[in-house]
Amino acid sequence: MADQAQILPGTLDLLILKAVSLGPLHGYGVLLRIGQISDQALLIEQGALYPALFRLVRQGLLKATWGTSENNRRAKFYELTTAGRKRFQEETEGWNRLATAIASALAAQPEET
Amino acid sequence: MNLLAYLRSLAAKFFRRSQVADDMEEELRSHIEYRADDLERSGLTRAEAERRARIEFGGYERYKEESHEALGGNFLETFLQDIRFSLRLLRKSPGFTVVAVLTLALGIGANAVVFSVMNALIWRPLNVPEAPSLYAIERGKDQAINHSYLDYVDLRDRNRSFDGLAAYNVADAGLDTGNNPSGIWLMEVTGNYFDVLKIQPYLGRFFHGSDEHGPNSAPYIVLTYAYWHSHFQDDRGVVGRVVQLNKHPFTILGVAPPDFQGTLLFLGPDIWVPLVNQEQVEGMNVLNARGNRSILMVLGHLKAGVTPAQAVADLNSTGSYLEKTYPKDDGNMTFSLTRPYLAGDWLGGPVREFLAGLMLLAGLILLAACANLGSLFAARAADRSREVALRLALGSSRRRILRQVFTEAVLISLIGGTVGLLGSLVLLRGLSAWRPISSTAPGLHLPVSPDAKVYLFALLLAVASGFLFGAVPVRQILRTNPYEVVKAGLSARAGRRMTVRDLLLITQIAICTVLVTSSMVAMRGMMRSLHSNFGFEPQNAMLVSTALNMAGYDGDNVSAMQKHMIDALRTIPGVRSVGSVDRPPLYFGANSTIVFTDKTTDLRASSAAAESVLYNISPEYFDAARTALLAGRALSWHDDQNAPLVAVVNREFAAKIFGSVTKAVGGYYKRRDGSRIQVVGVVEDGKYGSLTEDPQPAMFLPFMQSPSSHTREHLFSVVLVVRSARDPQQLAAAIKSTLQGLDAGLPFSSQMWTKQLNDSAMFASRVATMALGVLGVIGAMLSITGIFGMAAYSVSKRLRELGIRVALGAQRKEVLQAALGRAVKLLAFGSAAGLLLGILATRVLAFIVYQATPRDPLVLAGVVLAMSLLGLVATWIPAQRALSVNPLTLLREE
Repeated sequence: MADQAQILPGTLDLLILKAVSLGPLHGYGVLLRIGQISDQALLIEQGALYPALFRLVRQGLLKATWGTSENNRRAKFYELTTAGRKRFQEETEGWNRLATAIASALAAQPEET
Repeated sequence: MNLLAYLRSLAAKFFRRSQVADDMEEELRSHIEYRADDLERSGLTRAEAERRARIEFGGYERYKEESHEALGGNFLETFLQDIRFSLRLLRKSPGFTVVAVLTLALGIGANAVVFSVMNALIWRPLNVPEAPSLYAIERGKDQAINHSYLDYVDLRDRNRSFDGLAAYNVADAGLDTGNNPSGIWLMEVTGNYFDVLKIQPYLGRFFHGSDEHGPNSAPYIVLTYAYWHSHFQDDRGVVGRVVQLNKHPFTILGVAPPDFQGTLLFLGPDIWVPLVNQEQVEGMNVLNARGNRSILMVLGHLKAGVTPAQAVADLNSTGSYLEKTYPKDDGNMTFSLTRPYLAGDWLGGPVREFLAGLMLLAGLILLAACANLGSLFAARAADRSREVALRLALGSSRRRILRQVFTEAVLISLIGGTVGLLGSLVLLRGLSAWRPISSTAPGLHLPVSPDAKVYLFALLLAVASGFLFGAVPVRQILRTNPYEVVKAGLSARAGRRMTVRDLLLITQIAICTVLVTSSMVAMRGMMRSLHSNFGFEPQNAMLVSTALNMAGYDGDNVSAMQKHMIDALRTIPGVRSVGSVDRPPLYFGANSTIVFTDKTTDLRASSAAAESVLYNISPEYFDAARTALLAGRALSWHDDQNAPLVAVVNREFAAKIFGSVTKAVGGYYKRRDGSRIQVVGVVEDGKYGSLTEDPQPAMFLPFMQSPSSHTREHLFSVVLVVRSARDPQQLAAAIKSTLQGLDAGLPFSSQMWTKQLNDSAMFASRVATMALGVLGVIGAMLSITGIFGMAAYSVSKRLRELGIRVALGAQRKEVLQAALGRAVKLLAFGSAAGLLLGILATRVLAFIVYQATPRDPLVLAGVVLAMSLLGLVATWIPAQRALSVNPLTLLREE
C-alpha cells in the first residue's frame, strides 16, 4: 500500500473514461480495471467512484444500462457515448501535453556558464 | 455538455424519484457484494469479507448523497426528502407543532390584517380609469384641501398640466321622490366632473360642462348605482323623472356604473348634482365668493408626460397671479399634489400615522412570535443533538442537516402563515361589512378586501420568519461534536449561565408586555374619556336632528318652528326638559368666531381678544344638556329680537376677556360686526371641538336674537336635546309621532347622545382602543405560549432531578422553585423591561387616545397583575407536572 499514490484532483474522470473506453464495465469493474492498468499504483477510495460516474452520466459522456455480470449478479454497465469518446481524446491529448510540459520542466538542468 | 441527456436525467430524477434512489441503492450495494466476493475468494469468511468491503467503500451515506448531487435535480430531491422528514418530525410532536403554528398564525395574521387595511386605504388606487395620474390639489403650507369656487375656475382655465380639473363638495339634502322625503348624501360637482374622471354612464346620460349656465341653471341628478338599486328597484324608466330636492324640482339624468362611488374612499354619496345649483341644495352659494373656501376639493388627471413637480410649478405660477390680482382674498397660494381618496392629508395624514403605528406593533408581535419559536427550536435542537450527532457520524454534512432544520422552520411558518391568513380573511370580511358610523353619517365603510399583494406579503413574512427563528439553533448544530454526544448520551446540563434561549424569552416577554401596556393605557384612556366632564351630560339624553331647510322653512319660520317643536316635545310624558342647539358639541368640530373687548374700537382680526366657540341655543338648552350655571342667569324666551343682545359664556371666556367669573357677569364684549353683547351668565367649561382640546372660550347666544341667515348651520339644522330617563325606543317613537303631528314632511333623525358621541368624537379613539386591545390580547397569548413552552420544557428535562429531590425529601415549595424558578425569574425580568419600554412608547398614544398616560397607578398595577396572571396560567400545567413527580416510577424508567 505504501507505494500507492493519491490521484490528483480532476484526474479521476479521465481514468474512468480510459477504463470504460476499453469496453463496457460495471462500477466495481471500473475500479478493478483502473487498478490493473495502473499496476495498482493509484489509490481510489471505492465510494468516491460513484459520484464521479453519475456526474459523467449526467454530462452525457457515459451511458448506463442494467445487465447481468459473469457471476449472475445484476449490475449496471457503463460505456462511452460518442460525446464521451470525443471528450476522452481531448482530455488525453490535454493531459499528455501537460505531462510532457511538466516533465521537461522538471528535467531542466541548471545551465553552466 | 449534452443538454438533452442532462434534461433526461433531470426529468428521470424528478418523475421517477424513488426508482432512481432504489437504482442507486442497488448499484452501491452490488458494488459492495462484488468486493466481498473477491475478499471471500482471498480466504476470508463471508461475514468478515462483507464487513471489510463496507469499510473499504468509505462513507456510504456521504457518497450516496454526493451521487445524488452529481445526478442533478438533487435540490428538489433533497428538498422533498427534507419536507417528508420534517412532516414526520412534526407529527411526532403534535404539542410543539400546534403551539408553533398558532404562534405564527397570530403573528402573521395580525400583520396581514394591518397590511391589508394599509393596502386598501393607502396604496390601492381608486377604482377609476387611469387612477395613477389622478391627483387632488392642496393649498398652502398646511396642505388645505378646500378651495374657493373662483380660485378653482382660475386654476382650471390657467393650468397647462391637467387634462381638466373638476371640483366637488359634500352636502346633505332631503330628496322627495313621491311622498317620502328622506335625508341623503350628495356630491355637488362641477359640470365636467364625470368627463374629467372619464366615467361612462350605466344608464341614461351624465351632465357636462356645457349644461352649466350660471346659478341654478342645471337642475339635474345622477344616481349612484346603489341608490338606484335600493330606492328605484332598478327601474330603467327612472331616466327623465322629476323629483324634489329640498322642494326644488330636479330631473334624473342617469345612473353611474356600479363600481363608481365617487372619489372619496370611505364616503359614498347617494346622488350627484351640479355645483351651480348649490343654492337650491344648501340655501346659499359660494360661487361668487373668492374668499369663501368651503370644502371644495379639486382634482384631475395629469396630462401624459407631465410630472407632478412640473404640474406644481405650473399651479404655483397661477397662484402668484391670484395673489397679485386678489390680494384681499388670496394669500399663501402655493400648491401641492396628493391622492384624492382620503380627502388629501386632512384624513390621510392621521390615518397613515395611525396605521404606521399599528404596523409597527404588528411587526413587534411577529418578532415576539419569532423569538418564541426560536427558543422552542433551540430546545428541540438540544433534544435532537443525539440524532444530529448520529447523522454527522454516518457522514452526513452539516450543511445538509442545517438545510433540513430550515426546511422544517419554513414549513412550520408556512403552515402558520396559511392559518393566520385564513383567520385574517375572516376578520377582514367582517371589517369590510362593518359600518362604524351608524345612521346619521354618510355611507362610511372600510373597503378592505385583500388582494394578491396581501397574499404575497403574508408569504414573504412566513418565509422570512421561518429563516429568522430557524437560524437560532444553527450555532448549536455547527458545534455538535458527534463523538462527545454519542459517548456522553443525553444528559440534561442544568446551566446556570444565561443562554440564547433565556435572552429570547426575555425579549419576547418584554415585547408582549409593551403590547399589553399600550392596550391597557388605551383602554384606560377610553374609560376616562367616557366618564370625563364634557360640560354636558350625554347620558339619558336624545338628540333629534331636524333639517328645516329641507322642508322648505326659511326666515322667521325657522325660529317659530323651533319654538313649536320644543313646546311640543316637552309635553311627551317622561321628558324632563327640551332645548335646542344649532350644532351639538363634539360633533365633527365646532363653529368659532373672534371677539373683542368692549373698549376695542379697531375691529380688525389682529386686535381680537380671543377666538371663541359659538352656539345658538334655546333658553332651556343648559337645562336639557345639564350644563352647570356658575353665576348670573340662564337665557330666557324674553331675550328675543326686541331685547338687548345677551350671551352666556363659559368660565374660560370669562377669564380670558374679563379676568374672572364675577367680573364677567353684567360685562360687555364686542363681535366682529361691532354689536355689543352683555354677558348675563357664566357656565362651566366643556369640550367643544375634540376630546383632546385645551379649555376654549365659548359663548352661547339665544337663537331668537341671531338673524336666521347668520350662520349656515343655524339655517341648516336644529338639534333638539330631549332629556328623559325613558326607554330610548319608546321615546323615539313618541318623538316621531309628535313631530309628524307638527309637520308630516319634516325630515328628522333621533339618536341617543352617547351613541352619537361614540360615532363622532369617540370614533378615532374607539378604533384605536379596539385595535390596541386586540394587539394586547395577542401579546398576552404569545407570552403564555412562550412561558408555557419554556416552563414545560425545563420541567420535562429535569424530571429525573426533581424525582431525586423528592426522594431526598424536598418540600413542594422547593420542588416548584427548582422546576419553575428560572421561568418565573425570566418572566419578571422581561415584564419589567417591557413595562419600562411600554411607558416610553405609550407617549405616542397620547395623540390618539384621550388622556393616555402610562403613569397611572391603575395601569401599572393592571400590567403587573396581568403579567402575573399570565405567568400563573402559563406555569400551571408544568407546575402540576413537577409536583406529581413520583420518584419511584421515574427512577425505574431511567
